[in-house]
Amino acid sequence: MSQSFDEITAQLRRRHRRSANLKRMSMGALILAAAFLVVFIGDMLVKGLPAFQQAQIQIEVNYSEQAREIPPAAVGDDVRSLVSRGYLRLIPSRMEENPELLGTQRMEWVIADSTVDQYLKGHNSELRPKEKRVVDRLVEQGRAELRFNTTFFTTGDSRMPEMAGIAAAAMGTVMTLIVTMAVCFPVGVMTAVYLEEFAPDNHLTQIIEININNLAAVPSILFGLLGLAVYINFFGVPRSSPLVGGLTLALMTLPVIIIATRTALRSVPDGIRQAAFGVGCSRWQVVRDHVLPLSLPGILTGSIIGMAQAMGETAPLIIVGMVAFIPDVSASFTNAATVMPAQVFTWAGDPSPAFVEKTAGGILVLLAVLITLNATAVLLRKKFERRW
Amino acid sequence: MLNEQTTQAKGQAIDVPTGDSTRTHAPQAGQPGEPVNRNKEANHELSIRVRDLNLWYGEHQALKNINIDIYQKNVTALIGPSGCGKSTFLRCLNRMNDLIKSVRIQGLVEMDGRDVNETKMDEVALRRRVGMVFQKPNPFPKSIYENIAYAPRMHDLVGRKAEQDELVERALRDAGLWNEVKDKLHQPGTSLSGGQQQRLCIARAIAVQPDVILMDEPTSALDPISTATIEDLMDKLKQQFTIVTVTHNMQQAARVADYTAFFHLGELIEYNDTRVMFSNPHIRKTEDYITGRYG
Ligand SMILES: Nc1ncnc2c1ncn2[C@@H]1O[C@H](COP(=O)(O)OP(=O)(O)O)[C@@H](O)[C@H]1O
Ligand SMILES: [Mg+2]
Repeated sequence: MSQSFDEITAQLRRRHRRSANLKRMSMGALILAAAFLVVFIGDMLVKGLPAFQQAQIQIEVNYSEQAREIPPAAVGDDVRSLVSRGYLRLIPSRMEENPELLGTQRMEWVIADSTVDQYLKGHNSELRPKEKRVVDRLVEQGRAELRFNTTFFTTGDSRMPEMAGIAAAAMGTVMTLIVTMAVCFPVGVMTAVYLEEFAPDNHLTQIIEININNLAAVPSILFGLLGLAVYINFFGVPRSSPLVGGLTLALMTLPVIIIATRTALRSVPDGIRQAAFGVGCSRWQVVRDHVLPLSLPGILTGSIIGMAQAMGETAPLIIVGMVAFIPDVSASFTNAATVMPAQVFTWAGDPSPAFVEKTAGGILVLLAVLITLNATAVLLRKKFERRW
Repeated sequence: MLNEQTTQAKGQAIDVPTGDSTRTHAPQAGQPGEPVNRNKEANHELSIRVRDLNLWYGEHQALKNINIDIYQKNVTALIGPSGCGKSTFLRCLNRMNDLIKSVRIQGLVEMDGRDVNETKMDEVALRRRVGMVFQKPNPFPKSIYENIAYAPRMHDLVGRKAEQDELVERALRDAGLWNEVKDKLHQPGTSLSGGQQQRLCIARAIAVQPDVILMDEPTSALDPISTATIEDLMDKLKQQFTIVTVTHNMQQAARVADYTAFFHLGELIEYNDTRVMFSNPHIRKTEDYITGRYG
């Protein structure tokens, strides 16, 4: 008995309805996720973008003999409380470096105190009414304004929000990641090459494989504990240093790189290997001349993603002491350092509005770097995409 | 009579003294009423001698007691239903089976008086003398030029750039591809058509000047015109090289091969001069297969 069109249509209607429902639900999920993202990034932008600007005021600075001893004496009474104390503190050392300043008096744009900064940005400020009037007058005269905050991008942490910057932490991140990559990339790639191209298919290799996959799922804080126990306590690597941080992150990134490399190696068609063996390549030549070059984009993509993960990692680094107060930018592997997420974490602990702003600003910088890294990975993949 | 031949062809006559190739291993030419060979000046020098070759994939025996002599500068075709072990046999000749982990091999594959499976034999050296062309064209994803030049350079066969250029041109000319690609040597080999890619692979194989070229169904992925081109090419190349080719196309075997070997379920059923094989096969199974009654 065959069915009539009407009967079939009736059945189909139910099926269509079901698929329409499913479609609506997945659209809803997508919209929800997108909304979260928009709210999150929007909030960060609103809170963080002001951190890239900093109030400066134009005042008369008097490089007198007295100012060398008592720096606040360099500026007039009326504006003294408006100038960043951090800036004032630097006056003697600047006079040291530039002796010709001594005895001169000049109009200069100087970094304002964070209270002035917050006032100019329209936030609640602890300025007293009298000080507010002075600032208002300076604004009218064009002698107080928000300018691009170079300090934020060139210095390290400070107790004074207007002097605090992300640069030391960024440098710490760079140094840490150099260590991580220097360890992970060669070790990870060679391990994957061995497992994929050379290893016999026995129980031992299977156990190793399973363990590598498990390693990728271990909570990162455990790697921090391992790093503390092994690197610091056993091998005596300096605490808080990019060296120990990088080695700790390497434990975490290694399985990511191994797995990415193995996937990339496996995606090279066997025909290529056969062709290479067929013309008389040794196993190593097959890998070096044919398989590795073809899988390099995949390996790089995986490594960049591993690196991005390592870069956002905070917990294991806190355990090895990388949440230090680092005022100076230093490109050293063994000095104490901090990393960007740890810096954000530190700032987030300070409830004052100026530091809340710094926190959001730091997150924006971190996000920008992460997005750049991930975009590079995507571009690499696109660029080297191959048709066989 | 028929029974006796079957036994012989299967190579089960183990009492045959090695070296006496006329009975079991050589083509059974000279049977009553059959031409000895299609061309009188045909070369009868031995290239590869296979004796009592058995091969297992794990527990599964894929080759059973294969005895065959392959002659220099001839085309030998391997035919038989799919899964009968043609590719497996072909891979024994340049030890490509080494790459398959479960493989176990027993027996003799001798070339130039040396057992290719002996431990002293370097499979890289073997593969330099026994090249291979695969079923699916697999040029390296490099330029056409680099596809050819890579292996000779690796084997130190060429020194200067000019020498290398010359070798690339010669290999491409021999493979009948030169005119089509001479203006785009630096484009990727994968940009060529399927038939051109396969000729590029042949050029790549002959660039290292091997003695033997193995071809595993080289035309099965190609259109009829490309197939005809490659068949012509094989005919030409046999002046320089010994060719062993697998084909599932009976007409192709009849057209290009001097000798044909019929495999069935891992056994070599019949090995003979191609003309004999196709006009008057000695064994019933061969006849059935050739006439399309199964397979
Ligand atoms: N890599 C392998 N592992 C296990 N068995 C295999 C492998 N390759 C081929 N075989 C088996 O060996 C037999 C012969 O295969 P093959 O030589 O490819 O046949 P043909 O080329 O004649 O079609 C088949 O039964 C096949 O299943
Ligand atoms: Mg086959």
